[in-house]
Formats: sequence, structure tokens, C-alpha cells
Amino acid sequence: MTPVNSKKTPFTFESVEPESGLRAALGMSRADIIGEVGACNLRGRGGAGFPTGTKWNLAAAAKVKAGGTKYVVCNADEGEPGTFKDRVILSDHADMVFEGMTIGARAIGATVGILYLRSEYVYLRPHLEQVLERRRANNLLAQDIGGLAGFSFDIHLHMGAGAYVCGEETALIESLEGHRGEPRNRPPFPVDTGFEGQPTVVNNVETFAWVVCVLSRGAHWFKSIGTAKSTGYKLFSVSGDCREPGVYEFPLGITVREFLEKVGGQGAKAVQIGGASGHCVPASEFGRRIAFEDLSTGGSIIVLGPGRDMLAVARNFMEFFVEESCGQCTPCRAGNAKLLEGVEMLQRGECSMNYLQELLALCETMQLASKCGLGQSSPNAFVSIVKHFKDEIMGRTLIH
Amino acid sequence: MLVGQQQRLQDDIRALVERFGRKRSALIPVLQELQKAHTTVSDFAMQVVADELSIHPAEVYGVTSFYAFLRQESRGRFVFRLCGTISCELSGKSRVARQLENDLGIRFGETTADGRFGLEWASCLGMCDQGPALLVNDRVYTGVTPEQVHAIIDECKSTFGAHAREAVHS
Repeated sequence: MTPVNSKKTPFTFESVEPESGLRAALGMSRADIIGEVGACNLRGRGGAGFPTGTKWNLAAAAKVKAGGTKYVVCNADEGEPGTFKDRVILSDHADMVFEGMTIGARAIGATVGILYLRSEYVYLRPHLEQVLERRRANNLLAQDIGGLAGFSFDIHLHMGAGAYVCGEETALIESLEGHRGEPRNRPPFPVDTGFEGQPTVVNNVETFAWVVCVLSRGAHWFKSIGTAKSTGYKLFSVSGDCREPGVYEFPLGITVREFLEKVGGQGAKAVQIGGASGHCVPASEFGRRIAFEDLSTGGSIIVLGPGRDMLAVARNFMEFFVEESCGQCTPCRAGNAKLLEGVEMLQRGECSMNYLQELLALCETMQLASKCGLGQSSPNAFVSIVKHFKDEIMGRTLIH
Repeated sequence: MLVGQQQRLQDDIRALVERFGRKRSALIPVLQELQKAHTTVSDFAMQVVADELSIHPAEVYGVTSFYAFLRQESRGRFVFRLCGTISCELSGKSRVARQLENDLGIRFGETTADGRFGLEWASCLGMCDQGPALLVNDRVYTGVTPEQVHAIIDECKSTFGAHAREAVHS
């Protein structure tokens, strides 16, 4: 079968007039653009949830080092298991992403934009190149954009080469510079010392698209949706045991229960929220909210139906992290391998409660001592599965 | 390696370095295009790339061995990458995996003796709502069932050679 873009709800992106965000931005001062993005409380849609306005403000204030320029980078290295909304955005709303990047360039004073596309999405490249070419022809990129004298900005694509860790922004920059995708120590942060040592803003695909909506409709509109700490809509990638998998747009703050009703996942045993690095939420906690202040996600929602073996799920996640750890720091490199071994022991029914406690202590070490978000969050699924499904995973007598 | 082959490889690398620039950030694009044309990044190629970019060959090796889509050993003209991640597992990737092994006659991590097909696992391909997903070179197949595997392999056979050297000279 050929792939389809299964949009299950209308997207706000469809109803926002093309280029209306950029038009508004070109009539505003740089400080006002950043002010608007800050006022709406838009937080990064890639999963980490850093306030976009704050990031832009820091990059705008940072000084360019001799002979260089500032950069706007779009993180399209969508690798979190269960996430595919960026693929759909890039297929159907690429113009809006580039429009958002252009607004970002205007706001921080950048002249070069880079879209870092994961190599698994290489088939999107011809389409994206075509959109960029059309934008250049329509004076929406390159010189004197939109008739604004002196505003120059162009975007090029850079292909990833297959590494989940490159979704972490400093690893992504290392990769752009031609190195192994090993995360950097922070500080300094990319807003100050990013690509080629220059101030660089790295935002998720979806974040750029929302920036366009915010500038087109105003910060007050965006703020009126969602919760106080998690404003606006969010796109969700839904997969697993539900009737209608696909991409949904909902306001942040929706409860897991409401969510499951909308996607046809009633009766689920658990829901994995935030992908492999997220949390496994059991049915008893379906009243919790999907928002930055409760269950945070870059969009990945995996429904686990009744009858699913939670240890098989944990094993899949740990195999993923063993494969994708960059190997740079010990807690992550060795820790994930130990956890996978632990899951295999549990599957064989050979894990004592004492050893399980040791594994949980190891998880804590990994969360505290790993260098980047990968190792800090990779134990999450294991910890939550152990916590909520202990009766299911201990004392196994059958090899599953 | 034959002298003619070496010369061709060197010429290709120089053309790529011209195209992407003689700077460190050109390294990964150069290796990607090189691999597209030659299916692999050989030791010899790594040495030439290092010389052209004025970096140590160990740096090139470090990068080549780091990324899943760069490789030193050939996986053949058609690299089959089956998504092994959770959503595709929930939708039955294991049976597709078994049938791929049966129809190609190789295990995961291997290449067929004629150098046509390679088989490996991929981390999440981003087709989670339409699993199991399979990436064959640049083409993605979704909702793959065990009985479709044979037809997908046939489709590759009928286009064999079509894009052998298009990469460098495009």
C-alpha cells in the first residue's frame, strides 16, 4: 500500500490565510514580533516545551561573531516512536513551515535557514525543494522579501543520516557541521553558540507553523485555547490499538479519557504518551491531562489495547534506546543495555525483587546523570511500566 | 580494487567536493551521495574524502560508523529496512520480517549473494498509523502484509540498475 496522510480532524493551518502571518510580521518591529510570540506562551512542539518567545529573544540579543550570520534551523528529524505529524505538516503545509522560519529570521536577524530532514523522509525532498523554489520566485525568500528592502533570507535542506539522537538540538547542530551526532555540553546554548559557533534558533516543524497562526490571528486568540501553562492547539500522532489512527488537532489540556473517545480507543489497557521516551499511563489514570504541566508529549500517543503484554512493550522501547544511544556518556550507553537485559530477565521470570529495585535505582541515576534528554528520559517507560503493572511482570513462568 | 574503479571513485569524490564545498559541513552530504552511487563507503573512499576535506580519516570513519544510513559494507542495490518500532510491532511486523527472510533467503543484517538485496531493521519510520512500514531505498511501503512481500521484491527486480549512477551525475 502507498502511504497516505490520514488527517482525522481539520487543522487550524488549513483556515489561516497563506502568507498572512509573514505579512503581519513584515509590518512589525523585531521586538514586537518576539513580543507577540512570547505573549501567546507558545511552547516548543517537539516535546521539550521550551517557550519559543524566550528562545527567540535570546537569539535576537546574541551577537554575531566576526564574518558570520545568525541561523534559523527547522528540526524535521522526527524520530520519536509513534510520531508522524511533522511528516504530514511537511507534506501538506510546507509553505507554512517556511513562512514561520522566515518570520523567525526577521525576528532574530538571521540570513540563513536550514531544514534538517531525517533521511527516512527523503521522499519528501523533491516536494520541499519545489516549494522553496516557488517561494523564491514569489519573492517570499531570497532578497528583499515581501518588498522589505534589505531583508534577505534563504532556506536550504540538509538530509539527516539516520540517528534518533539528532533530534536533540545540539546533536543536530553537530550533525549539520559534519560530525557524529553527539550532544554538546550546555551552556553555551545554541541561541548564543550554535551552528558554526553563531547564534542559532532551532525549532520544531510544528512550532514554526503555529508561529504563523499566532501572527495572523494574534496572541490573544492562541492564549484563549488550552490551559494557562499549555496554550493553544497541538497536533497528535495516534497509533496502536484504536479504530481511527492518524493525526489529530486538539487543544492542550484534553484528558486521556476524552482523547481515547475521539480516536476510538475506549477500553484501552494503557496509553504510551510521548513515545519511547514518554510515560506509560494505565487505565486508572485516564483522567490526567495531556499538557506540559501533566503528561507532556511531542505528539506521540500510542494506544495499548487489552491483552497487550507490557513487558513486550518495554522490551521494544529498550531495544530502541540501546540502538539509538549515541554512546557518548556512560549512564545512557551502559544503562540502557542493563535495562534491556533486565526486561529479558523479567520475561524469562528470572528477576528477583531486589534486582528490580536495583534496576529502578539505575533508572534514577540515568535520569540524573545522562548528558542529554535521550538518556534522561529513556528509563521513563520502564519505570512507569514497572510501577503500574508489577503484578503482570513478576514471576513469569512462560517465555513470551 | 581495480585501478579503473579507484579512479572512478576518486573522480566522483572530487566532483562531490566541488559541489558541496571543501568544508567540514560538506562531509555528510558527500558521503550520502557517494553511497548512493557506489552502495557503500569503502576504506579507500574514506581516505580520499579525508584528503579532499583535509581531515583525519578517523574522523570520516567516526561519522560513517555513527549513522544508520551510512555503511562501510554493501547492503546491495536495494536496501530493505523494516520498521521495528513499537507501533509497527503492534501491527504485526514480526510476520512480515519472517516472510522477508524467507523470500530474500537472507537474515536481517545480511546481503544476498548477488549483491542485489540487503535486509535490516530501521528505527521508527514515521508511518506509525499505517504499519507495518517498509522502506526500500527511498520508497516507503505501508500496511505491508506477509503475502505482499514477494510482489515488492519483484518490483525491485524489474527496475534493477535504473538508478545505479544517477546520484553523482544528476
